Amino acid sequence: MKLLEYEGKEIFERYGIPVLRRHGVIKIGDSTDKLDLQGQGPWIVKAQVLAGGRGKAGGVKLAKTAAEARDLAGKMLGMKMVTHQTQGRALTVEEVLVEDACPIAREIYISVVLDRKNARPAIIASAEGGMSIEELAHNHPEKIVRVAVDPEAGLLDYQARQLAFDLKIPQKNFRDFTCLAVNMVRVFMDMDANLVEINPLIISVDGKLIALDAKIVTDDNALFRHKDQAAKPDHEASEIEKEAKEIGINYIGLDGNIGCMVNGAGLAMATLDTVKMAGGDAANFLDVGGGANVDQVTKALQIILKDPKVKAVLVNIFGGIMKCDNIASGVVEASKKVHIKVPLIVRLEGTNVKEGKAILARSGLKLEQADSLWEAAQKAVAAAKR
Amino acid sequence: MSILLNKKTRLIVHGFTGAQGTFHAQQCLEYGSNIVGGVTPGKGGTEHLGRPVFDTARDAVKAVKANASLIFVPPPYAADSILEAADAGISVIICITEGIPVLDMVRVHKRLNALRAAGRGVTLVGPNCPGVITPGECKAGIMPGYIHKKGSVGVVSRSGTLTYEAVWQVTSQGLGQSTVVGIGGDPVQGLNFVDTLKLFQADAQTKAVIMIGEIGGSAEEDAAAYIKKQMTKPVFCFVAGKTAPPGRRMGHAGAIVEGNAGTHASKVEALKKAGATVVDNLSEIGAAVAKKLKGTNPKTKAARK
Repeated sequence: MKLLEYEGKEIFERYGIPVLRRHGVIKIGDSTDKLDLQGQGPWIVKAQVLAGGRGKAGGVKLAKTAAEARDLAGKMLGMKMVTHQTQGRALTVEEVLVEDACPIAREIYISVVLDRKNARPAIIASAEGGMSIEELAHNHPEKIVRVAVDPEAGLLDYQARQLAFDLKIPQKNFRDFTCLAVNMVRVFMDMDANLVEINPLIISVDGKLIALDAKIVTDDNALFRHKDQAAKPDHEASEIEKEAKEIGINYIGLDGNIGCMVNGAGLAMATLDTVKMAGGDAANFLDVGGGANVDQVTKALQIILKDPKVKAVLVNIFGGIMKCDNIASGVVEASKKVHIKVPLIVRLEGTNVKEGKAILARSGLKLEQADSLWEAAQKAVAAAKR
Repeated sequence: MSILLNKKTRLIVHGFTGAQGTFHAQQCLEYGSNIVGGVTPGKGGTEHLGRPVFDTARDAVKAVKANASLIFVPPPYAADSILEAADAGISVIICITEGIPVLDMVRVHKRLNALRAAGRGVTLVGPNCPGVITPGECKAGIMPGYIHKKGSVGVVSRSGTLTYEAVWQVTSQGLGQSTVVGIGGDPVQGLNFVDTLKLFQADAQTKAVIMIGEIGGSAEEDAAAYIKKQMTKPVFCFVAGKTAPPGRRMGHAGAIVEGNAGTHASKVEALKKAGATVVDNLSEIGAAVAKKLKGTNPKTKAARK
């Protein structure tokens, strides 16, 4: 789960990672009077969206007076934002943060990531921050510093010192920096994170080390031991995606018009690829999971059909844990509850396939059966074009 | 020969008496796997599916000389079961459980490495995988047994159902499999592609290998480097996720394109450069292998027209 900047900063504060003073967060529908704009200013008004490149897209603004801050915050709420990280889609700004502005003397990049290959956490840092790390890795790979972290010991003191020297941290900020690096790793381990990133970490004009941004991505699989986190909303998921998640179905909305219900994530991905190859585009990724029952299949179909773009539905099941007769019964049940107006193409293979196919044939439902994924994809693409 | 499992494998099931454990252990028994018992703490001394239940893996190793573990324990406790099996001296550990926190697996990885450094041979397969099957000899996993056939094609995959798809195509071509290994879809896992390719390269029964990858991570690129340098047997690949949007986890915890890393294009390019055959259309992989192994005239039913 991706956390918004202010949520990340709340966590940073608990770990003594220095952040700027915040003056409130307002959501769509809130009055800008909710902002607590004490002090002299100036203030920074920041759109709380899960994408980098906010500044260039108008999501970060400087306000010199309290009135200007309220005005900018009000205008920013509800704004549609497209950045280089949103793949051409517009994100709606639903929350806005106002915090102290801070003149920057120097920017540094630092993150804790999961090093998949070596199965351990790692710090990635660069003396030059501000730009995206992908850009930096591409243009100046020699400027990136990596530190392997032991998952049980955390970042050791000497490693933190080495890193500080590598990044040419000034003497004045040295101790603060080593503490910050050690604490970032603690956040990573304690939160079960996949990523903890500060970009940029700054040294202000008056010589303070401050985390200007905060990006934390946590591991969904570990939510069972983070009850407070599990109770928070998932900002990335659409309404349909949240609904699917609640019933244990993995659904991701896409741009095409062929609804897909598949068992297994790999086969679901391959089904989208095959649909594309057959000349169509999938409306969604949907993995009904390994142990899905009749009820779940029914709900999965209902969820697929909620998307008005869907012109045909492709069900592709290779039964392992999931038995084909359960899927077939689910399809029949669902068709009793939901009026399926679009063509339905079903491809079953694996455990209890004969029973599954027989249930479908007996049901009298108007559907096409297919024997292979390729045949099913072609039939679905043809049906969606009719 | 085969890899990892054979007729002599003495398998125990962790989470033996649970719903999943019971259903799949039953299926494995029907297939003919030599399940010698199971582990459920607190139920030691009882019997389940006609096999003894033990409180600990240590007891199972002592009493019935178990040498392979199949784990169905729920996510919060699964990493602990892997370590219990390893500590008890089990040499092949297959973990089916989906949803284990990645940092739990990071800790497991570290401890297994420490055991190996101390001279203990221990292999972990998974987690979040369908398991391993050596057709006609031993099924340790959740795959439907009947789609497999004894033969000479080694199969290794990050995905469960995608593996069944490839296996079924191979069987439909009249060929069979030496061993089929699901390495799982998690970011941190036991056996990886390179480890498995090494085993297949050294296995006399295996004449060709199918490798099913997906977006995310660099396991396919690492495999490509190995194929180029060491592999003399033909390798046929499919990489899922060509049309997946970047930044989103496609079901599997490990299937995500992060920045410029783990893309479909980089994996396919690396594998092609290494001399592997990469099919764009999954439905063609069985025919491609058959063409190579049988020389001519594969059945083209599933192939693209």
